[in-house]
Amino acid sequence: MGRYVLRRLLQLIPVFIGATFLIYVLVWAVPGDPFADMCGERPCSPQFIATMTDKYNLDDNVFVQYFKYMGALLTGDFGQTYAEQPVIDLITLAAPVSLRLAVVAVVIEAVIGITAGILTGLRGRGFLDNLVLVSTLFLIALPTFVTGFVLQIVLGFQLEILNPTVSSAATWGELIIPGFVLGSLSMAYVSRLTRTSISENKRADYMRTALAKGQPKRRIVGVHLLRNSAIPVITFLGTDIGNLMGGAIVTEGIFGIHGVGKLIFDAILSKQGAIVTGVVVMLVLVFLLVNLVIDLLYAVLDPRIRYD
Amino acid sequence: MRRPRWLAAGVMPLALALAITSCSSGDGGTDEPAAGGGDPKKNESTEVSVFGTEPSRPLVPGDTSETGGGKIVDAMWTGLMDYDPVTGEPRLANAESFELTAPDEYTVKLKKGWKFHDGTEVKAHNYIDAWNYTAYSLNGQQHSSFFAQIEGFSDVNTPDPDGPDAPLLPATPKAKEMSGLTEVSDTEFTIKFTEPHAIFKVKTGYSAYMPLPDSFFADPEAFKANPVGNGPWRYVARVPDQSLQVERYDDYQGDDKPKVKKVKFVFTDSDAAYADIKGNQLDFLDTVPPQAIAGNVWETDLPGRAKAYPVMAVQAMAFPVYDPKYASVDFRHAVSMAIDREKITKTIYEGNRKPLDGYTMDLVPGYTKGGCGKWCEYKPTEAKKLFDKSGWTGPIQITSNADGGHKEWIEAACGTIAEALKVECTFEPVQAFGQVRQAIEARSMDQIYRSGWLADYPLVENFLNPIYRTGGSSNDNGYSNPKVDAKLAAADKAKTEKDAYRLYHEAEVLIAADMPGVPLWNTPSISAWSERLTNVRLTPKRELDLSFVEVK
Repeated sequence: MGRYVLRRLLQLIPVFIGATFLIYVLVWAVPGDPFADMCGERPCSPQFIATMTDKYNLDDNVFVQYFKYMGALLTGDFGQTYAEQPVIDLITLAAPVSLRLAVVAVVIEAVIGITAGILTGLRGRGFLDNLVLVSTLFLIALPTFVTGFVLQIVLGFQLEILNPTVSSAATWGELIIPGFVLGSLSMAYVSRLTRTSISENKRADYMRTALAKGQPKRRIVGVHLLRNSAIPVITFLGTDIGNLMGGAIVTEGIFGIHGVGKLIFDAILSKQGAIVTGVVVMLVLVFLLVNLVIDLLYAVLDPRIRYD
Repeated sequence: MRRPRWLAAGVMPLALALAITSCSSGDGGTDEPAAGGGDPKKNESTEVSVFGTEPSRPLVPGDTSETGGGKIVDAMWTGLMDYDPVTGEPRLANAESFELTAPDEYTVKLKKGWKFHDGTEVKAHNYIDAWNYTAYSLNGQQHSSFFAQIEGFSDVNTPDPDGPDAPLLPATPKAKEMSGLTEVSDTEFTIKFTEPHAIFKVKTGYSAYMPLPDSFFADPEAFKANPVGNGPWRYVARVPDQSLQVERYDDYQGDDKPKVKKVKFVFTDSDAAYADIKGNQLDFLDTVPPQAIAGNVWETDLPGRAKAYPVMAVQAMAFPVYDPKYASVDFRHAVSMAIDREKITKTIYEGNRKPLDGYTMDLVPGYTKGGCGKWCEYKPTEAKKLFDKSGWTGPIQITSNADGGHKEWIEAACGTIAEALKVECTFEPVQAFGQVRQAIEARSMDQIYRSGWLADYPLVENFLNPIYRTGGSSNDNGYSNPKVDAKLAAADKAKTEKDAYRLYHEAEVLIAADMPGVPLWNTPSISAWSERLTNVRLTPKRELDLSFVEVK
């Protein structure tokens, strides 16, 4: 197991370099004037352009630029925005918020999705099964912003149960509704995935043996069935964390959450290359590490899986 | 049940920068909120939150040209003059007197006792040093061109010989100080121009002309982390990309002393800000987003706490005159006369925008009626005649960024053009404002494009010189007419303000004869505020009057 982990960590390095190089090229080497919007309605003064070009090494060859950037990155210097704020400050403010939102979303979708999946998977055809299928179909069909706005209006303005937007502190409690909105689509997938996985595994031999041995239902389902059915679901949840961290732009916009999605979106529109590359590098790392953890979890869940 | 808002939610992911260019409409039937005073205790203890956008440059006034930073600079600095928050009239602020002592020279005397936020006195050299620093081209300050009329400017600021993208850098300037600025004493200095420029006095309320404390020159990087101004508000702290806090400076000597103690500029999305205003989590939003304007939803959402305010801003369309397709003056006049401005402002904006009759607007000092004359009136038959004469072939295309609520009026304008000229007219949107800017700066535009202008300072000159003069700082379409340049130069050199205004008006008439751009209508701003604010008003610069507002 130790050697497997070490091997995976080493494999992480070329993937990281490849991904970040591609991102760097896409952001900085794409033709176009990076300073087009920066000076209001006027073109920028030539001295300003010269200073900026020097600062961001835009005159160098792409590979050289990339190495200089990575070099700075390894010392923790993610560069500066055009307003001369350190990018690392922006990331350290936005990342924990997005992480909390993503965790809340994943927990909600896991709990509701898995529970719904288990109940319907065990019971087979019936009223509950049809109800879950129809409601998940409904959730898949609704775009996130519809769910978001509807909940914001109903709970925030009409019933006045909650604040319509999230404060800049973004505590766990405030993030429950946005988390629900964010997770609503994936929740549908999780429940269907669990349902299929369970109804498939419930006919397996070891299940009949356990039942024949007289094991309590709770133990059969909770220990044997769930552990074996969990693998596809855990895979899905793991990739979802990565997606949710970077892709929650719409939800963050509706609820006014200062997270990573909004940071990247604003940076793309204002062509702040330093912010975009910095945030994406961080997301690549998060994604790779989360995937590694998921893969290791397989061995925990299913003892038949062995890593050398 | 209210109409579901997800219909308008398609324009949701707006960049904060685009919120500035978003159109707004409506002149509500809502009343002014109780103009009674606020509660002095609440004024001291409450932190008023104001919507803003993250400044895109460090907070140095000579380098701040966008509205996000401009809002904060306007609060933290007070210049020689400032502008009345209701009428826009210029008046003395830090200057005790500002007199023309020779046709080409101003003498400025400063008021005594004004201090910067770090306790040092505001002296003449603080203005002179700041102006020299901004004008000196190697400092790369965005406002360097604002000192072009001062004697010695060409020594400190050398032009780029071949354009910004080409390899040659401008030559190193000969001097770091302009010879036209002379310090007479700690509280007096003179400004000499290469030619008379009476209008300069009115411009000095703009951020380009703010003084800088000695601490800036000692350590500019430390200053950028902790900016020090001389205005009614003092910098406290900021969270990058989220908020910036300022506090009332109690030693401020100006007439516009604030009543409220603490203000926080909150940088967020315009739609989230609107939701916050409704829920009273945010105190002031200067321009409501398009989702609130659609169907005048803002009136029903916020009775008594939203209002349309006139602002020094205009909407227009520009022709890329460097493209030979648009060379015919008849074609340009035809397009302008084919747009039914009255009808469009009545139907789309419910009469809440006024069609323009010239290149300036009526809130601005120096405005004279009828600068555009018949070229800006709806005359479809004459337009058709000119159009045929011009020999234009192919469809007419108008472009703009897709968000910001421009689709409706551009399509309506296209509609009246198509009807009058019997030619196909289409709206060609692009994703982001930056793309439009890029094409403009590369001089590669081949469609008519939306162009708007928010004045930097209240003066008709600001609507003409930067845009229509050859080589103007915002002359995007390469328009150049030596007669117009001569007339504008004569106006700049005028001996009195009245003469200047007359000459600017004559220049306007000449520009209309060429029609490089089509004036359309003014763009008022609908502002909204929370229930606890009173004495709310929006200045013509589209900012909350922070000295007047109170908490009730």
